Amino acid sequence: MKKTHNQKAWFMVLPVLLLVAFSAIIPLMTVVNYSVQDTFGNNEFFWVGLEWFEEILHSERMHDALSRQATFTAIILLIEIPLGIFVALHMPKNKGFWSSLCLVLVALPLLIPWNVVGTIWQVFGRVDIGLLGHSLASLGIDYNYTQNSTAAWFTIIVMDVWHWTSLVVLLCYAGLQSIPDAYYQAAKIDQASRWNVFRHIQLPKIKGVLLIAVLLRFMDSFMIYTEPFVLTGGGPGNATTFLSIDLVKMAIGQFDLGPAAAFSLMYFLGILLVSYVFYTLMVNSEGQSS
Amino acid sequence: MAKITLSNLAHSYSKTPASPSDFALKTIDHVWEDGSAYALLGPSGCGKSTLLNIISGLLAPSQGQVLFDDNDVTHASTSERNIAQVFQFPVVYDTMTVRQNLAFPLKNRKLGADYIDARVTAVANMIGMQDFLNDKASGLTADAKQKISLGRGIVREDVNAILFDEPLTVIDPQMKWELRTQLKALHQQLGHTMIYVTHDQTEALTFADKVVVMSEGEVVQVGTPTELFERPAHTFVGFFIGSPGMNVLPATVVGNKAMIGNHQIQLNLSYDQLPGTIEMGIRPEYIKLSNEPSGLAITIHRIEDVGHHKIVRASHSFDDQSIEINVIVKEGVEISDDMKYLVFEREKINIYADKWLQNGEEPR
Repeated sequence: MKKTHNQKAWFMVLPVLLLVAFSAIIPLMTVVNYSVQDTFGNNEFFWVGLEWFEEILHSERMHDALSRQATFTAIILLIEIPLGIFVALHMPKNKGFWSSLCLVLVALPLLIPWNVVGTIWQVFGRVDIGLLGHSLASLGIDYNYTQNSTAAWFTIIVMDVWHWTSLVVLLCYAGLQSIPDAYYQAAKIDQASRWNVFRHIQLPKIKGVLLIAVLLRFMDSFMIYTEPFVLTGGGPGNATTFLSIDLVKMAIGQFDLGPAAAFSLMYFLGILLVSYVFYTLMVNSEGQSS
Repeated sequence: MAKITLSNLAHSYSKTPASPSDFALKTIDHVWEDGSAYALLGPSGCGKSTLLNIISGLLAPSQGQVLFDDNDVTHASTSERNIAQVFQFPVVYDTMTVRQNLAFPLKNRKLGADYIDARVTAVANMIGMQDFLNDKASGLTADAKQKISLGRGIVREDVNAILFDEPLTVIDPQMKWELRTQLKALHQQLGHTMIYVTHDQTEALTFADKVVVMSEGEVVQVGTPTELFERPAHTFVGFFIGSPGMNVLPATVVGNKAMIGNHQIQLNLSYDQLPGTIEMGIRPEYIKLSNEPSGLAITIHRIEDVGHHKIVRASHSFDDQSIEINVIVKEGVEISDDMKYLVFEREKINIYADKWLQNGEEPR
């Protein structure tokens, strides 16, 4: 039989190719394009090679933003993950009115748009009319998130914990629900303590979903923009200027498109790298437990 | 070790049980003698596991009492009752090694390290896991995991009873025999009261001194394997035990004569006027195929050769009715074409009224 060569099938993938090109590749390449050129307006560009990347890597401003960012992410992970597990452990186990009520209450913060969350806390924390700000001030505590950087950090962290612990709770709760009763019964028979039940049954069984929770919370908190932008606008001074806030300042505020492009590429690759490490960890741990 | 008494016990999963069908466990009075090996046999959903969980204290009964010797433990916790239980699906602590898994129940009871070591080694030898003691439990196969669960069940020496809830479901057949034999040996050696829940009659009959048969939340018969086979107290027991189960044929009984359709069968015992629906039970093992026209006329539909015997599926027709009868023919017995009649072994015939066994009298 004669083999016919027909390459027309390639046209079948054309729509997808176009879609991906317009949605991802072309915008990304524009950024790459900016990151290696300089412009003085009038659509005139000069090739500068990797200069912007070097500048960003050595810029003090970037280092400060990165360390603020890392501190913020570390703090909220350290609070949200244990707190999420703790809340999930204490939610009603059996399906019924109370567990449904808990789920709805817990899920509520997740349904609020991010800029609304920022606005809520901005009002909530105000010293003149906000419930939180006014109460703290009347207790004699020097709290003013627009002037005091500790107060600003405190407010942003409490806001993020309020907004996102629910996600950890829901994931852990789902993980806990999937543990068969026999494990708890066997633990009772073996006279295991509450701590041992957690350490040797619950924690290993929710390890998979917990890693997903850590991954999601890491990515989201590392890219946080809207809430602190609405709440503090990065202030007071630069106290709460996290990476993405700084990036926007640089790109739109100062119109430094070159450095901003180089910056966003490194930002993107950094998150990708850490997420990949998490993913590998996750896949490995799943392989172990089955 | 203790004698376990269930007194007027019943359980319903519904908070406001209205009718008897709301009860997973109907009223039960039963004594589990100290040191005996029991099998709790019944089909899925008959209340076996519920009963077991009530004995171990994982479940509080809606009514009645559980006594260990003379102590009322109805509302005592599992640890106060000092009971071991092995579940249907393997439960191992993934974070621990096999050794730590086996030592866990002992460690939680704060026993000495030397004693724990000695016990763990002994138990590992019994379940054949001595070479894997330092392996992580999470990487093991399902039957190895179940062996560890069994091991954790027998590692404590002073328990009042050991309860097994269909523990061999996930184990492959070869290993099943081995483990069951070991459990039986273990029972003889340690003398613990053991209750073994299963829906597999072979498992029940080989493991236990006494078998408790349950159906729809009720105990229908307690007896030795032989009693269950020869004198099923309820037609359900007859059906459930044996493969195929007992033939239960609609009959009428007058004195020491039974009628199946228009065929008369002479009985060894004589029965008074019986109430309700009368049935005659006869095991397929106790029926012979014959060419004597004095027997019950049948039509043979199918012969299944299962190796060491043949199962004959036949039916007897009279008037407009047809009743199915199974017969077991021993290996080496030829079945010829003219064998169209059945002969029953008289002393193996049981008579049931409304599904319960009736006691006959020697005819005068």
